[in-house]
Amino acid sequence: MANTTLTRSIPRSDSGQAIRQPRKKLSAGKIAAVVVAAVLAVLWLVPFAWATVTAFKSEADASASKVSWFPPSGFTFDAFVNVFQAGNIPLWTWNSLYTSAAITLITLVISAFIAYALSRIEFKGKKVLMIAIIASIIVPPPVLMIPLFYQMLAFKMIDTPWAIILPQVIHPAMVFVLKRFFDQIPHELEEAAVMDGASRLRIFMQIILPLSRPILAAVAIFVFIGAWNNFLWPFISTNDDSLLTLPVGLQTIKSAYGVQYAQNMASALLAALPLIVVFLFFQRQIIKGISTTGLAGT
Amino acid sequence: MSSSTVSRQTRQARTTPAPGLKPGPSLRTSRNNVSGWAFAAPFLVFFLVFLVWPILYGFYMSLTGKSLTGANDALIGFANYSEAFADAGMWRSLGNTVYFTVISTVPLVVVALVMAALLNIGLPAQWLWRLSYFAPFLLASTVVSLFFVWMYNPQLGLINDFLSKFGIPKVGWLNDPNVAMWSIVIATLWWTVGFNFLLYLAAMQNIPVQHYEAASLDGAGAWRQFFSITLPQLTPTTVMIVLLQILASLKVFDQIYQMTSGGPGGSTRPVVQYIFETGFTGYRLGYSAAISYIFFGLIVVVSALQFVITRRRSA
Repeated sequence: MANTTLTRSIPRSDSGQAIRQPRKKLSAGKIAAVVVAAVLAVLWLVPFAWATVTAFKSEADASASKVSWFPPSGFTFDAFVNVFQAGNIPLWTWNSLYTSAAITLITLVISAFIAYALSRIEFKGKKVLMIAIIASIIVPPPVLMIPLFYQMLAFKMIDTPWAIILPQVIHPAMVFVLKRFFDQIPHELEEAAVMDGASRLRIFMQIILPLSRPILAAVAIFVFIGAWNNFLWPFISTNDDSLLTLPVGLQTIKSAYGVQYAQNMASALLAALPLIVVFLFFQRQIIKGISTTGLAGT
Repeated sequence: MSSSTVSRQTRQARTTPAPGLKPGPSLRTSRNNVSGWAFAAPFLVFFLVFLVWPILYGFYMSLTGKSLTGANDALIGFANYSEAFADAGMWRSLGNTVYFTVISTVPLVVVALVMAALLNIGLPAQWLWRLSYFAPFLLASTVVSLFFVWMYNPQLGLINDFLSKFGIPKVGWLNDPNVAMWSIVIATLWWTVGFNFLLYLAAMQNIPVQHYEAASLDGAGAWRQFFSITLPQLTPTTVMIVLLQILASLKVFDQIYQMTSGGPGGSTRPVVQYIFETGFTGYRLGYSAAISYIFFGLIVVVSALQFVITRRRSA
């Protein structure tokens, strides 16, 4: 009964096969389209390919003045071995992983609770609250960096993981993405539970949340990717080498290794790998997540 | 969403078969007030501490001579603002940010549209195309910068080597002040176009198939269908994508800071970097807070325009 409403609220964008146009015969136009799409795809893959080839070269070949896709002295794992011996990448990956996971978890919990209140409960001051949260969507994070840094100094949180995590859990646009989804869930489901004497909290946890798995996943994906790749705030709020996240750590590599091109590319690829692998496994969910949340603004 | 308490209660009274079992209206209202704010509380705590307070405190800072070295917390009125408005460095960086926004927004929207339109025709192996166009969006800015600094290398870089095969002389992609911003736009296009591409693709797949069927019966070809059906149907999406892209581009910092550090000669330095450097390298927190607020003003103006435009569209 609820399913019709629920599925309608989710943009049907993930189905890879759902090409909505009727199939046509192979026309000249279609061949041209394939060619253009292929040229774009090649252009978009070249940076990955070149980084990969470079990472598997010896430093001598990588910095040879003659550019080659097939290095004269063959391919080697040296750059990766050296990067691992320097030892920072696994630590930075771990830092990125647990801070991003914490940010995602806290964001989901606090956003879902308030979104439920905004969607279902009539309380005094709700309208003002909504306007305040909508208005805050336009605040660009860079505007906050100076006062936030000073504030974190006062809280003595600079150079702790909390400095990275706590300021990143407020996503007003995601609150409204969740609210809009909750709005579509039929009230009848809850009214039955109310008759049975269930509390708000129980209704929320046992009826609303289980029905909202797709949207919670979408928000989680959006927030996680943003947190994983965020540069500016972690860059400002941590100086301690043991706390650097991947994006910030890579920035230090550039200056430390200088002209070690093969090692630079090996590090960049290792940093890129986790999300790319996750994407290969969860392509559908990630694409759906981005398409559902993307237009809400950041 | 804004139905008043009274009308809501009458609606519920009508649908509730046994109203006698429920608490009276006043008890119910006060209970709703408590549970409403209780559900909102966890978010609100973070919202107040890490968003509202820094905004207010930042404005206060902008009225002081506060610095990281601790000196001079005294209020100095709007002196920081008048200094900023006369600061050529601020105007130049603001100009760079606007320039980047103007020249990056068009390709970031048009190329995304082309990619989505190509896929929507019904190419085989959809996942492969989507992967190649979207994958760069999953990279951290630092990874993108490492890739492109290496490809842009004037002596050893892939791009100059490729161009030399056609007799084109070496280009200083990141060293030439006339070229550097364009190089950053190209890297940014590669990095983030996949996001707009996905939004377009989702919107295209939501266009009812009947529109196309009717057009085919009328003998309209693919080209014609794109311009007379797809594009008009996408207008609301396009408006949103353009506005979101403008707001995103105005915040540019990461890739510029990493690829050129704002150089050569400050020709690519965006305003966010100017704020960053004034605050953390120059230690002038009060002054950089003032520039933050001028930048914020710009964002508010653009957002207000967005609000007016989208309102007019939906009205």
